[in-house]
This record gives sequence, structure tokens and C-alpha cells, in this order.
Amino acid sequence: MYPNPFEYHRAGSVEEAISLLQELGEDAKLIAGGHSLLPTMKLRLANPAHLIDITGIAGLDHVTDKGDYIEIGALTRHVTLLKDPIIAAKAPLLALIANEVGDRQIRARGTIGGVVAHADPAADYPAGLVALEAEVVTLGPGGETVTPIDDFLISIYTTTLGPDEVVTAVRVPVQPEGTGVAYEKLANQASGYAIIGVAAVVSPGAVKIGLTGLSDRAFRAREAEMSLAGATLDLASIKAATRGITAGVEVYGDIHASEAYRRRVADGLAARAVAKAAGLS
Amino acid sequence: MKTSITINGAAYAADVEPRTLLVQFLRDNANLIGTHTGCETSQCGACTVLLDGEPVKSCTVLAVQADGHAVTTVEGLAPAGFLHPVQAAFWEKGGLQCGYCTAGMLNAVVSLLQENPNPTDDEIRHGLEGNICRCTGYQGIVDSVRLAAEKIAAGGAFEPVKA
Repeated sequence: MYPNPFEYHRAGSVEEAISLLQELGEDAKLIAGGHSLLPTMKLRLANPAHLIDITGIAGLDHVTDKGDYIEIGALTRHVTLLKDPIIAAKAPLLALIANEVGDRQIRARGTIGGVVAHADPAADYPAGLVALEAEVVTLGPGGETVTPIDDFLISIYTTTLGPDEVVTAVRVPVQPEGTGVAYEKLANQASGYAIIGVAAVVSPGAVKIGLTGLSDRAFRAREAEMSLAGATLDLASIKAATRGITAGVEVYGDIHASEAYRRRVADGLAARAVAKAAGLS
Repeated sequence: MKTSITINGAAYAADVEPRTLLVQFLRDNANLIGTHTGCETSQCGACTVLLDGEPVKSCTVLAVQADGHAVTTVEGLAPAGFLHPVQAAFWEKGGLQCGYCTAGMLNAVVSLLQENPNPTDDEIRHGLEGNICRCTGYQGIVDSVRLAAEKIAAGGAFEPVKA
């Protein structure tokens, strides 16, 4: 199964990728791991005339401890996040999530920058990234921009990323001492994508919950978070707070799961994720 | 586009269209047809090969992206006339029936055992999520992986092809 023909360009630097994007215009797409783009191209859902391969750009594949936050280069692959000692120590939620992305083969190719730029509403990381209040670093002709993930994600496959901008890194704030994390997922058994994914971050006095797969983009469950903030966390209080966690959010129904089913299972997975992050199960 | 890939230790060069997939390069340009195409949408894992030692679905990698890299296919797991311990274990434990998924399954198992030489059954099943088998029901495959782990722990010598 071939994609349509395209011209292939290799960018040696982010600046070169930006100038290629400017030169080639709307018909150009960046490619890194290609695990979202290539299947889409084979199905003729996308037919870019130019692919700009950024996998050879040095300096975009790194995990760096910056003190208050961890910086993850855009070309960092899922398998790296799964094994990296800095991630394990300072942002373990991302390792938990990486372990649930696709399968081993996909984890060996896919990149966190690709996930963020593609903005698939069923991608796993966004649940964790919104809960961790991560930021997306992009570079464009006007220089570098740092955008909170909650602002960066707009809708299905839609972000604030400009047509001539490149995602260069994701920054994840280091959580306070004593923080517990969990990721609970109901996976589509064929594709591995999240039908529902819930990330929980439980710190002393604060609970943050991010959900993916349910709606046109990942979102925070702020009401549940507020009712759990400072509360004594036990199974009863968690269950009460996470009941109706999708209230007020437009939730999809499709052939994989109806809207009602998604809402109901989201409640259960959210309770489970918070309880796990709180060390209760 | 001129593309050169080291496959099973030998260099293969060809001028290919950029849209050529790695699996097509392997089968059509290098004539190594042990690698199968299955779903072609990166779900079934039949086309799994090792790219610089890591398992990838070769239907979802452009050949031009593998330019200058090293690939191992099922043909490269053991010398002619011999079986890799993972292959020998699949033979002994019935890790296959029709064999369509097997080339990809073997590469996935080889890399899984390199990463985790003594996996639990759960780790084996999680590690092989990217490889679909429609015959065995997977139990024979899990048994094969366990035996392969034992064989590798005991030295992992190549074994003559069984009659």
C-alpha cells in the first residue's frame, strides 16, 4: 500500500526545516517517526506533495533536567521515555504513559513531538501533559514560543502551531515531593489508541486529573480536582468526586464505544487512577 | 532517491521513489521475501524487522528513512542451515501454525529478550502486543518465548535446522 508520490527533503537543522516549510507552503508536512502520518497518507486522508524529514536534526532527542522542569526534545521517542532515568525520577507519569502507547514497535519510532503536533484526540500523552501542566516549545520565523499545553491543543488535529513552526521540545514541571501518579486506560484493542485515558497526579493538598480519548482534545477535570483538593482521600471521597467527571464536556460516541459508555467508564477509570496515584490501591 | 541499507550485514543500494516503504525495499529490491506484509497500516506486526537493533514495522518506515542504517530480517537471524534459539523454540513449542506472522513475531521476540532476558508471561504478552497471530491463540507463542529465554540463558547457540 503506497502513499501518493511526494518529494522528500532532509532538514539538517530546525532553521532549515522552517525555511523549507516557508518555501514549500501548505503542501509540505514534517515527518519524524511517521507512525501517524504514513498510515494517513496510505489511506489518502493526507496527500502532502513534500515531506520534510526532521529525524536527522541533532539536539532534538534529549531529556534534560532543568531544575524546576524537565525538557524533552521533540524527537525523543516513546521507548526513550520508558527507560530514561531522569524521566523515571522526575516525571514518572510519562514513563507510565509511554508504556501504554501503541506497542513496542510503535514506541521504537514514535516521538513525543509528533504526538503533540499531531494532536490526535485519542493519543495517550495529552492526558498526562495537561495534568502536569506541561508547556510546548516551538520555533518559527519569529523565534521561540512557549505555550501551555492547555492553550496549545485546540481541537481534533488542531493546535496553535503555525504552518511554518516546528515543535522543538516539551517542558514538564517537576512535581512536589510526595507526588503520586497513575495512568489508567481503556485501549482500542486493534489500534492501541485510548478509547479513554485518565492521568492522575496526586500531590500533598492537590489533585490534577487529565482525560483523553473522550472528546475533541484532552482536558482537565477541574471540578473533581477542586473537590478533592485538600480533602482526605479515601475510596469513598474519590468515587464521589469523580462521579460524572465528563459533565459539561461534549463526549464522542462511535463504533468503539457509545457516548454513555464512555462517560460511565471514564468515571470508573478516573476513580481508579486517583486512588492509585494516592497510594490507595 | 539513492538509498543504501545494510541488511543482515550486506549492503544493498538502490535508486527508489521516496514513497517506497522499507518492507518493499526488503522484498522487491533486496529480494528478501521472508518479511511479510500484512495489514500495511502498522497494526499487525507481520512486517517487523530490527532497525539498528530495535523492532519496527517496516510497512511504516520509508526506505529513505532507513538510508545508512542497519536492518536485520528473519533471513539474518541465523546462518543458513541453522536456527536462532528463538526459531528453535518456536519449532519445539508450536509457536506457529500458518506461519504468516512468524517472521515478524521472531524479530519482535529476539528484541524483547534482548531487552528483558527473563520476562514474565504478562511481560511477554505486553511485549508482543504489536504482533497479531490468528492461528495459535498465543499460548504456544508465550510457551515458545519462555523456552527461547531458557535457551539463550544457556548460551543461545544456533541449532541445526530440524528435520
